[in-house]
Amino acid sequence: MNARALNLLGLGLVGAIGVAFLVLIPRLFELDVVLELTVYMIMAILALSLALIWGYGGILCFGQSAFFGLGAYTYAIAMFNIGESTVPLLLAIVLPAVFAALLGYFMFYGRISDVYLGVITLTVTLILFNSVNSTAGPEFRIGSARLGGFNGIPGIPPLNLPGNRALPIDLEGMFYLATVSLLLTYFGLRLLLASRFGRIIVGIRENERRAELLGYDPRAYKLATFTIGGALAGFAGCLFANWGNFVSPTIFGLAQSAQIIIWVIVGGRGTLIGPIVGCIGIQWLTTALGANQPSGGSDWWAKVFANVPLVLGIILIAFVLLVPKGLVPTLGDLGQWLLSSRGKRAETRLEPKQAEEG
Amino acid sequence: MDLVALLAIQVLYAIASLALISVGLAIIFGMMRVINLAHGEFLMLGGYAAIVATNHGISIWLSMLVVAPVVVGIIGVVVERTIIRFLYGRMIDTMLATWGLSLFLVGLTTAIFGNTTVGISAPLGSFQIGAYRTSAYTLFVIVVAAVVLAAIFAVMRWTRLGLIARGTMQNANMAAALGVNPPRVYAITFGIGAALSGLAGAVLAPVSGVFPTIGVAYVAKSFITVIGGGAAIVSGTLSASSLFGTINQIATFVTTPVFGEVALLGAAIVLIRLLPQGITGRFFRRGL
Repeated sequence: MNARALNLLGLGLVGAIGVAFLVLIPRLFELDVVLELTVYMIMAILALSLALIWGYGGILCFGQSAFFGLGAYTYAIAMFNIGESTVPLLLAIVLPAVFAALLGYFMFYGRISDVYLGVITLTVTLILFNSVNSTAGPEFRIGSARLGGFNGIPGIPPLNLPGNRALPIDLEGMFYLATVSLLLTYFGLRLLLASRFGRIIVGIRENERRAELLGYDPRAYKLATFTIGGALAGFAGCLFANWGNFVSPTIFGLAQSAQIIIWVIVGGRGTLIGPIVGCIGIQWLTTALGANQPSGGSDWWAKVFANVPLVLGIILIAFVLLVPKGLVPTLGDLGQWLLSSRGKRAETRLEPKQAEEG
Repeated sequence: MDLVALLAIQVLYAIASLALISVGLAIIFGMMRVINLAHGEFLMLGGYAAIVATNHGISIWLSMLVVAPVVVGIIGVVVERTIIRFLYGRMIDTMLATWGLSLFLVGLTTAIFGNTTVGISAPLGSFQIGAYRTSAYTLFVIVVAAVVLAAIFAVMRWTRLGLIARGTMQNANMAAALGVNPPRVYAITFGIGAALSGLAGAVLAPVSGVFPTIGVAYVAKSFITVIGGGAAIVSGTLSASSLFGTINQIATFVTTPVFGEVALLGAAIVLIRLLPQGITGRFFRRGL
């Protein structure tokens, strides 16, 4: 089986699982499970946004939650002012994208190196968090929406069918919307990465200098990648604001940013399915740990393992040290190794060896 | 006039506290090129160490100036031996692993001490400037910062240890050929950086109180101070914290503390854009 067929098989498999998920889940489970799964789907879109920027673009963004939060807040504020969800939805995508473009222009055209990029994105996230957090007073309002500071914005109106505010999307509808969005995002990104643009950004990730000498402008390509990632994160933020009807500044927080990075590193950089798997796995784990919180203070170990940051921290350290590629690529390598060691005698080196990376 | 004097003290204090929280990181980042995102948690641990020691009857000065640095220094060496040493030269991975460490330490301290603010009251009382009263502890923090910076300068400039450290950081292979054991130098440097962070956390604990997530408040500020300062440890930390501390304090004075912080972070981003090598990459290039 050659790579192309394998690729198509993978795509088909993801599509089939996605459709089965979409059709079966609401029929098989109660509404609370469906709701839980909805937020997994939304977070998986967020994970994909960083998978693109970091996994393929090689830009380590510690502030992906900035775009996520910006999307959520934009939607909330616009919704209170407009009341019909088409424009707020678009704004929640466009505004984070514009913000990402400005920030990206500032960073990439300033030729700021990888590591400083991480620190700048982190700082920007903290600025947003601090600013929004301190807007609790009644004087902070945009139009008819109060920002609410650390209290957040409750009671955000849900999305409605485009152009018709009398038809809001219900909870089950939200599940369908989130799942379809995730599938579309996945296939859209696959398409993007298979295109010329996708090849070039991967080339830049591998060797920026070489790509530049071949005549591509890494700054422009990175900027475009970053902007697309920002837009996607904003879209996820909009869905998230819908899901809980609530946003608070914690979605700008470092804990949120850390989560996104953990999803991607656990799932695997340089894949799309990996971050989705990582996201759903970690989210599920987080929920399970939180649910096991002992009510008394008796069992110290139970208390420690119900402690989400502690467990996430251990997972992050363990993956960086032991499985730096992430689950999906490591499993892929394992599979390849098994296949090749078995098939070695059968088909001895008929295919020419690929040129080594020099 | 009194107001000016008071403002001057506040500005000096802002500079001193920035310099204190950044200097441990400056050593670790400036000399080893390791981005330690658990830096804020080292500060937090220093604070807890001081408070726990004080509550066990040790004099507050002893627990701040001796116990906290020793405890956090030991933790630093352990961290270097168990995590960091596998990741030298892999900057991004170090960043991620130390972020994991930061989450881990936050979780651990939450499990042990609970998610509440603990504090010790600042010693030394207050003194009068005209119509205003201000805490004498502020002056103590300024003095500690000055002493720490002077000590680092002296050690790096005039002692054999400083020479070996500088040599190893510049060219580890050459130093190894001359009989220095680089892994040991790295471990000691990391330990000293951590110890200074512990000291800073302890000295600032009476001002801010300590809670498990306080590191977040420190980490960004210390990072931008270090990066804004550039490679030179003492002059970089000093120049960057002077710049950012002044901006922070003036913006705080004009608006609110929160927007003072925002102004600081904003100024830092602009500075990194204008001087990617930091202040000492352009000015005071021969500084230390």
